[in-house]
Amino acid sequence: MPDLLIELFSEEIPARMQAKASDDLKKLVTNGLVDAGLTYASAGAFATPRRLTLAVEGLLANSPAVREERKGPKVGAPDAAVEGFCRGAGVSREDLVARDTGKGEVWFAVIDKPGRPAAEIVAEVLEGTIRSFPWPKSMRWGAGSLRWVRPLHSILCLLTGDDGAEVVPLSVEGIEAGNVTRGHRFLAPEPFSVTSFEDYEAKLKRAKVLLRPEERREVIRGEADAQAFAKGLEVVADEGLLSEIAGLVEWPVVLLGRIEDQFLDLPPEVLQTSMKEHQKFLSLRNPKTGRIEGFVTVANTEAADGGATILAGNQKVLAARLADAKFFWENDLRVAKAGMGDWLESLEQVTFHNKLGSVKDKIDRVVALAKEIAPMVGADPDMAAEAARVAKADLASEMVYEFPELQGLMGRYYAAEAGLPAEVAAACQDHYAPLGPSDAVPTAPVSVAVALAEKLDTLTGFWAIDEKPTGSKDPFALRRAALGVIRTLLSNSTRLSVVDQCVAAYSIFAVQQNRQRQDAFEKTLDAADKVQAEALGIPVEDFKEMMIDVDNQVLEAQIASDGVLPVVSDAVSGPLGNLTSDLLSFLHDRLKVHLRDEGIRHDVIDACLAMPNADDLTLLVKRATVLSDTLKTEDGENLIQGYKRANNILTQAEEKDGVEYSFGADVKFAETEEEKALFAALDTAEARIAPAMEQEDFSTAMSAMASLRQPIDAFFEAVQINAESEVLRRNRLNLLSRIRTICLSVADLNRIEG
Amino acid sequence: MDKPRSFQEIILRLQTYWAGQGCAVLQPYDMEVGAGTFHPGTTLRALGSTPWAAAYVQPSRRPTDGRYGDSPNRMQHYYQYQVIIKPSPPDLQALYLGSLAAIGIDMGLHDIRFVEDDWESPTLGAWGLGWEVWCDGMEVSQFTYFQQVGGHDCHPVSGELTYGLERLAMYVLGVDHVMEMPFNDPAAPIPLTYGDVFREAEAQYARWNFDVADTDTLMKHFEDAEAECARILAEPHEDPKTGRRIVMALPAYDQCIKASHLFNLLDARGVISVTERQAYIGRVRALAKLCADAFVQTEAGGAAPAAA
Repeated sequence: MPDLLIELFSEEIPARMQAKASDDLKKLVTNGLVDAGLTYASAGAFATPRRLTLAVEGLLANSPAVREERKGPKVGAPDAAVEGFCRGAGVSREDLVARDTGKGEVWFAVIDKPGRPAAEIVAEVLEGTIRSFPWPKSMRWGAGSLRWVRPLHSILCLLTGDDGAEVVPLSVEGIEAGNVTRGHRFLAPEPFSVTSFEDYEAKLKRAKVLLRPEERREVIRGEADAQAFAKGLEVVADEGLLSEIAGLVEWPVVLLGRIEDQFLDLPPEVLQTSMKEHQKFLSLRNPKTGRIEGFVTVANTEAADGGATILAGNQKVLAARLADAKFFWENDLRVAKAGMGDWLESLEQVTFHNKLGSVKDKIDRVVALAKEIAPMVGADPDMAAEAARVAKADLASEMVYEFPELQGLMGRYYAAEAGLPAEVAAACQDHYAPLGPSDAVPTAPVSVAVALAEKLDTLTGFWAIDEKPTGSKDPFALRRAALGVIRTLLSNSTRLSVVDQCVAAYSIFAVQQNRQRQDAFEKTLDAADKVQAEALGIPVEDFKEMMIDVDNQVLEAQIASDGVLPVVSDAVSGPLGNLTSDLLSFLHDRLKVHLRDEGIRHDVIDACLAMPNADDLTLLVKRATVLSDTLKTEDGENLIQGYKRANNILTQAEEKDGVEYSFGADVKFAETEEEKALFAALDTAEARIAPAMEQEDFSTAMSAMASLRQPIDAFFEAVQINAESEVLRRNRLNLLSRIRTICLSVADLNRIEG
Repeated sequence: MDKPRSFQEIILRLQTYWAGQGCAVLQPYDMEVGAGTFHPGTTLRALGSTPWAAAYVQPSRRPTDGRYGDSPNRMQHYYQYQVIIKPSPPDLQALYLGSLAAIGIDMGLHDIRFVEDDWESPTLGAWGLGWEVWCDGMEVSQFTYFQQVGGHDCHPVSGELTYGLERLAMYVLGVDHVMEMPFNDPAAPIPLTYGDVFREAEAQYARWNFDVADTDTLMKHFEDAEAECARILAEPHEDPKTGRRIVMALPAYDQCIKASHLFNLLDARGVISVTERQAYIGRVRALAKLCADAFVQTEAGGAAPAAA
């Protein structure tokens, strides 16, 4: 059983592409081999900045021979038909075998496909893989037409069996496969040949190349931890960065540096972000002070001076970068300490969306909405309004311009510097949350108010201008905003009507739009007045006095023609009704996705959506959770069957008789014990359910409902609904109707599947 | 190799090195450009199949980067060193590393890294894949395999190297402020620093770029250059006077370069809004594309020689 070794040696592969590329190489080659009949025992793929490597163990030496039989014409068929068949099957006439198929003798061609040697198959599969490799971005070079991520220099392709290693003959665009590779670009540039994977990996190590990414990562981690420990510091964990660094070096050499004192007072996140984004440095924290005081840089070489020059160079570059960051920070602090007014003013010039106005316009709306929401989440309305006012101020700061990923966080620092309360500062950072399905949800009341207001304004605004997500397109991340609203409401058990808040958001938007249109129009009128007053040679105030009635008429006409947006306080009807119900069903859809992950079925939620106040998501989920639990009990599961049976019989009878059996079941017509018992059970359940529902005590209501299962089952067992007596039949149908009414007062069980 | 002692020595060593590798050492293009790539010796010569190898210094201007000569590393006028070889040779990385050695960077002491950086010039309608080259964590060059220029696929592919000369030289010479960098040999009878040569100019141009340049005039010049470029290319290929086939790709491209620089000046004056910006870039790109279309119809651009 031979082993296969493949190495594709190229110029530097981008770090972020290496892991997927080695997986792809493994998948494409091994799939190709298996498809051609070459099975194997195991395979592993590796990447360094300059090479993709695949090692396959226990490969078949040959693909198995295959015998194929093909049925031809009958014996005695015309010669032309037989010869045609032979040509098609690629056999000669003598090779045909006659067999009796039960319907007379028929010619069969027996075709033996011999097995093929592994080398032949490997060559084909590898060439195909190289030519169709799924790089995210690939390029041509020189005068050739081959595409690879960067110029491909050599191919190593070796089959190693008991009798030694053999190069697989293969040539792609003039690159001949061989058994030769190279070590580290600077430390061991000479080519060398290898005989097996073990030999290859060992020789690479001697040539200062660690083949395995995880080995390089662990060397970096171990060295960084040890050196940091020796200096009383600790490495700030960042697995993503660690993997990226491991993809930038073949021979990692860890060097530790100190951050100059003048930069130590910068916020730790700023130091970390600057070092990571620009320099790919890991950060070192002083566990005693919590400050970031040093960095780890990983060189790709062992320098003659032990890395002193490299470290000094890196330190210099870092100092220049941090000098920039410090400059931004100090400039920002001046604006922040003055109350951030300059930033808020400049956000008037920044467009949020051309139909939704500037960022300043958005802030104004969120301020108004946060004030409305505040009492419902236990926040002080004025404080929520203040937090909303400054929450996005940092977007205009120099630091956030340089590092957009620090938005919100810088806002928190700057709000604190502006002397604002801690709750306000926290809201600056938290109001963006949650950003993803696993991101933490804000819990502080002021943060919750601003976070909800921010997202509800966004959703309502984009719905109002008809920019909803479609299919996979969601350029304004509205699905994320909706999930954010849902998770924030649920995890804080916040009780509010989403529809009411969307109506409020819409009203705020409409008032703002109308005022802006009116202001613009009045400006135009002012200018016209001035021109006319000048023409008449009278003071503009006098002219305005003369024109005041005319102006009002023109203004009204203008507003009528522009179409003023309806400002709604309580009426939910017309286009706005459509908007809110559409937005609500969008939220309900996102909620279903969210709850599916929590193990609640979509039909259970549908059953609860039909109940009142379904736009109070916290209430909705409470109801759905209890219903879901109830349906998992034996009583609950069987109750659904009983309910459906009752409902079906009743519906059919109502259709047939053309009447509604909704009232008047009387126990005095009850014949059997089971029937009487059902009357009694319904009375008891009803008496428990109604007040429980009133108090939103769904557990009591639903267990009362589930307790009907036994009497309903017993009733159906004992009683014939369609009795001879019309009085009895009607009474029983009315009794079924009571079952339906009582159950439907808990949830719409018709929606439950199964 | 011993260490260079001045800015100009670094330039001279690069010139000597790349001349030794067979490049034609061109002189800077005699127009204002934003980067060495704009030199027709790169942009246009990257098109078509005719082999090409050139190296040159290109003075470059980025009006928005002006800091009145005060910044340690930002100027509105600076030098790029540009190398372009078509088709890209298989050992271009090694040749490049050789050039670093030639200016005194010892690979035994320094950490050289090729870090992914894809290059794209929206104004030239050009892109390529490559790296920024790091020396001890500092970007010292841009290394690109051109894939497309002016909307045309590059075939064969050119390899392009761009060195930011001031930054590279500051590192090699161990200088912290560009204006303090020795321009000629510090032991020369009249030693000059970079600041002696350029500080005054930086202040003057910064003032003009940011506050004084007349925007109406600049806008008019932009439109004139745009119109002239299109007009030149609309002329028939056959010259009525000489009767020869003369495609005027180069004079048209001069107008494209001009328009590009005028756009940069308008940008520095702060009179171009975010939305207009894209429109201006699109207009320059349209010119670059027309010039590229014309160049591939010339002999240098790979078209068959006109019948004599």
